[in-house]
Amino acid sequence: MGHGSDTLSLSVHFQGSATHEGTPLFRGVTLDLRAGEWTCLLGVSGVGKSTILRLIADLPIHAEFDGKISASDGQPLSGRIAYMAQQDLLLPWATVAENVSIGDKLRGMRPDQSRRDDLLVKVGLTLHAAKKPSELSGGQRQRVALARTLYEGGDLVLLDEPFSALDARTRADMQDLAAELLRSKTVLLVTHDPTDAARLGHRIAVMTSDGLNWSDPPNGPIPRDIDSAETMQSQAALLKTLRAA
Amino acid sequence: MIRVLRPLVAIGLALATWQGIIIAFEPPRFIFPSPARVAETWWENRMLIAWHTGVTMSEVALGLIIGVTVGCATALTLATSGFARLALKPILVFSQALPVFALAPILVLWLGYGMGSKIAMATLIIYFPVTSAFYDGLMRTPPGMLDLANVMGASPRRILWVIRVPAAIPSFVSGLRLAAVYAPIGAVIGEWVGASNGLGYLMLLANGRAKTDLMFAAMITLGVCSVILYLVTLAATNRIAPETPSNQPRG
Ligand SMILES: Nc1ncnc2c1ncn2[C@@H]1O[C@H](COP(=O)(O)OP(=O)(O)O)[C@@H](O)[C@H]1O
Ligand SMILES: [Mg+2]
Repeated sequence: MGHGSDTLSLSVHFQGSATHEGTPLFRGVTLDLRAGEWTCLLGVSGVGKSTILRLIADLPIHAEFDGKISASDGQPLSGRIAYMAQQDLLLPWATVAENVSIGDKLRGMRPDQSRRDDLLVKVGLTLHAAKKPSELSGGQRQRVALARTLYEGGDLVLLDEPFSALDARTRADMQDLAAELLRSKTVLLVTHDPTDAARLGHRIAVMTSDGLNWSDPPNGPIPRDIDSAETMQSQAALLKTLRAA
Repeated sequence: MIRVLRPLVAIGLALATWQGIIIAFEPPRFIFPSPARVAETWWENRMLIAWHTGVTMSEVALGLIIGVTVGCATALTLATSGFARLALKPILVFSQALPVFALAPILVLWLGYGMGSKIAMATLIIYFPVTSAFYDGLMRTPPGMLDLANVMGASPRRILWVIRVPAAIPSFVSGLRLAAVYAPIGAVIGEWVGASNGLGYLMLLANGRAKTDLMFAAMITLGVCSVILYLVTLAATNRIAPETPSNQPRG
């Protein structure tokens, strides 16, 4: 648990249906998360994106689920997942550094200080290590959350709208940073924003109440240029699909 | 500066009003003594008042320690055990529906005229506010933090000590501040019902003998001690839980 092997990452297979208070939320959804790739799940609010992500994370949901979730190696997923949400979920009473290594404290283990320091360098917050989260800007806080996610070292990274609360510029910076630092991880990015998907998705699925529609992603490695014609076209096409749904 | 000045102005106004009533209505001394008369009596009886203050404040301190300890233990039990919530919570709520004052005679009957029954009163009167404030805090951990901890593979025990308890500290502190206000009330009620020591006893005694000036002196001493207790609690807790929350992100 924690500090997982940074070697070959794993792939995940999700298949199933969910009902919420008797009405179907989604039906027969099949979602494969491929090893070392970013899979973007794009959809409007309330369509059930977070529900899928939370099912994979084995977190409580507001629906009944019928289906199965499995890892490529047949082993359970628990202990190999890192999770990041829209809120940074930093503990306000702990320092930035303590927040990064909070996972070890929660598992009753001694924090790995050099690992923590490395990550703080990578997210550019070394000088803020001893500060409390309330002393940081929203973008800096989300960088701490990213460092904490990386500290966990899980091969599977579940991101639930991690950029949604950020302003446009901070958001673009965070997309770059996340793409760089989560290289080689298997990532599920849940988002309602076509920009996130066009810049970061190796594969993009648009979720509607009828299920998933896979869209062709723009060419090129991620993070894709925010202003390249292809990214912008893809973004527009995704928005159109979203609005048609 | 204003922080010091404001209470002084308020005290000055109160004294002026008091003196004004004396001048305007000239009430008999045994009904409503003048501020000067009360001050004089206070000074003449300072050793007596100090002794009874010591007794009452010891009862308050012990009541606070026991009440806060038992209250925290109850809140932790309720927060961690569904069975305890099922079994204990109705009893707790029902017990709170009973006025604690009604219990005072029984406590004196059981525990006697000494400090025991007063400590029990102070304990009982603060037990519920402390328990419910801390319990509420423990149950209102931001759900996202619990999700995160669960994905990280934390045990319920670790989640309790690393996340839920620290997150509940501000709630606990507001319960503690209430307790500091209630505890002296509990002790004095206990003393009224039956005692041979303490400020409550002294007030009753003075009142019974028409020594209204002494009764006022004891009452004001009680008030001043209660305010000091509250301010000390406020100062002691202000660092861990400031009155104005500053934990919001700056954006
Ligand atoms: N806290 C909640 N209480 C009740 N129902 C909820 C709650 N959260 C989600 N739901 C239900 O689950 C559905 C899917 O929610 P969710 O998976 O969070 O959607 P998304 O992440 O796509 O916005 C919602 O439309 C709603 O009906
Ligand atoms: Mg969501």
